[in-house]
Amino acid sequence: MRYQHAVGLRRYTFASLRELLAKASPARSGDYLAGVAAATAEERMAARRALAELPLSRFLDEPVIPYEADEVTRLIVDTHNAASFAPVAGLSVGGLRDWLLADTTTPAMLAALAPGLTPEMAAAVSKLMRNQDLVLAARKCRVVTRFRNTLGLPGRLAVRLQPNHPTDDPRGIAASTLDGLMYGCGDAVIGINPVSDDPAKLMTLWQLLDELIARFDIPTQSCVLTHLTRQIEAIERGAPIDLVFQSIAGTQAANRSFGISLAMLDEAHQAGLSLRRGTCGSQLMYFETGQGSALSANAHHDVDQQTLEVRAYAVARRFDPLLVNTVVGFIGPEYLYDGKQIIRAALEDHCCGKLLGLPMGVDVCYTNHAEADQDDMDTLLVLLGTAGVNYIMGVPGADDIMLNYQSTSFHDALFLREALSLRHAPEFEQWLQKMQLIDEQGRLRDSRRSPMLPALTAFAQAAS
Amino acid sequence: MSAINDDAAGPLLPSDPGDRSVVARDPWQSLRQYTAARIALGRSGSSLPTREVLDFGLAHAQARDAVHLPLDVAALQSQLQADGWDVIALTSRAADRAAYLARPDWGRRLHDDALPLLDAARSATAPRIDADDVAFDVAFVVSDGLSSTAVQCHAAPLLQALRPLMADLRIAPIVIATQARVALSDEVGQRLQARIAVSLIGERPGLSSPDSLGAYLTYAPRVGNTDEVRNCISNIRPQGLVLTQAAQQIAALLRAALQAQRSGVALRFDPSTIAAIRSDS
Repeated sequence: MRYQHAVGLRRYTFASLRELLAKASPARSGDYLAGVAAATAEERMAARRALAELPLSRFLDEPVIPYEADEVTRLIVDTHNAASFAPVAGLSVGGLRDWLLADTTTPAMLAALAPGLTPEMAAAVSKLMRNQDLVLAARKCRVVTRFRNTLGLPGRLAVRLQPNHPTDDPRGIAASTLDGLMYGCGDAVIGINPVSDDPAKLMTLWQLLDELIARFDIPTQSCVLTHLTRQIEAIERGAPIDLVFQSIAGTQAANRSFGISLAMLDEAHQAGLSLRRGTCGSQLMYFETGQGSALSANAHHDVDQQTLEVRAYAVARRFDPLLVNTVVGFIGPEYLYDGKQIIRAALEDHCCGKLLGLPMGVDVCYTNHAEADQDDMDTLLVLLGTAGVNYIMGVPGADDIMLNYQSTSFHDALFLREALSLRHAPEFEQWLQKMQLIDEQGRLRDSRRSPMLPALTAFAQAAS
Repeated sequence: MSAINDDAAGPLLPSDPGDRSVVARDPWQSLRQYTAARIALGRSGSSLPTREVLDFGLAHAQARDAVHLPLDVAALQSQLQADGWDVIALTSRAADRAAYLARPDWGRRLHDDALPLLDAARSATAPRIDADDVAFDVAFVVSDGLSSTAVQCHAAPLLQALRPLMADLRIAPIVIATQARVALSDEVGQRLQARIAVSLIGERPGLSSPDSLGAYLTYAPRVGNTDEVRNCISNIRPQGLVLTQAAQQIAALLRAALQAQRSGVALRFDPSTIAAIRSDS
């Protein structure tokens, strides 16, 4: 269907919903690279005004990627919940923005709406929202998940401890893990990105983290972020796997480039569930996403990168995850050019994920060839903390020496807790207090007095 | 919270720019021997100590300079010529660094002006065109990529180290390419009628590795080739894979590719040191 909008004497025409969404998107390098961005600033605003007037019901009639061609579209269409959609069924996209922000719209109403929102609806409304709208709408969403602790409660912030090492050396990984624990990090997950694909080396890492968590009775979960086929094999061989990880994207073709399908994700999810390792709950999937991944696989179908990102969240929510993480600045400046674009994308991803009912974390990060620096990351941290992000990354000194990018540090987490009075996940908080690492207010204590430090140091030195 | 000032926790560097009396030091300094990660940094309240802020800032500055300082083409050209190489300097279709960063597709193709230069060089220097229509065994493309620092420092010595290891091969004039991605070597190799193209290119700089050079080898270079037909030797720098070792690995890879008449995933060349690449440069 064609969409039109007039500005003065000039009439702008958009050939499809796909094109309308792309041209309404805030300017970013990835959409220019794909050749789908608005040609002028006025055309972008014309697209937004046309989009604002569009009835939400139109999204149910016009998929941005054909139903027959793409299993993600089929998942979106087949699982759409009309009853949940009913409260907003008569609204336009612009009307949905007002509804989301209205005082009368409560967190419970947003949670009830989530199964009725398609990714494209969430993406569309986000294109009409300013950064402050993205903060407030997300803040109203509560997404609480459980495995060995409780994540996502209001006023709480969790951290993924990311102790990567360029050769997967167990002692190096254990040393960084100790550093993070002593700084009160690790409640979201202790998660290693391995260099190696070798099953024996991967098994060493799973066992290392399992032993650590058991020995010190830490109320958290572990993950080794390798391909899901490796995880399924390892589960068959008896590996102690808590969370099952996979990178996902918003089109079938992009997922194929990752070597996965919905059926494979289902198999991995079932394999993880069969281990019954959760104590507070059984949400055990951990997904990572990021704008630009479909385009980089040449699997974007001329859809803008933000809409595709939200479609990836439809894949995620099918598997009831514990954690979803948008790795926002990792992909490089050809997709998100500078700090401004990275900040905007992170707020969009966080808000749209929350609107769809997902436990969103954000890897606040950048590479050295992006026009960004630590000041941009500080700004984004404060914005996301205010927006109620479920968790952030914790990397020693913000410098990931394996993946060669800058993420957030253990100190950044301390900063955010201090600035916004955010506490740890409750079970983890109690453990930190028992270990005398934090005081009653949740602040770090003098680490020299921790009874755990000698044993933890010995554990790191003996790791192999 | 009590301030901690514990000299026993580890010696401060003499040039500490901060106030040691209020920095809480982390008593697990000894674990630094197991990792280059920035652990046991200590803290000033909830924040990094001044010294760590400045150290990080310096590392980021060096990485930024590696990306943005233009390659000194004239100096590199003189250096290579002094080493006895024929040299051609040319550019990609990306007009400047901003365009290069935003448009990888432009960095993969030659500027129109480059084509006659390559044709002339091939006619002037190719010893003979063999029955397979091949003028050279190997064409090296020295490219700024994402670290001019790496190329400026390591490219010429690496080629010097390689020279005796490929004395029997027909080597094309060395191409210096600016605003260039790995795949630019496809078009260069194709134009020069080379069996193999090797891109020596500055890699995306890490915070502690601003000068890392990568070598990407492609058998039968053609415009449109994709990553699975390339082999990569990465992290070439004094603190990583040292130049002499890198030269030996590149030479061994050249021999293997010439013999197998292919490269990339299909070549299966020592996976511990040479992996099929991920698209980044």
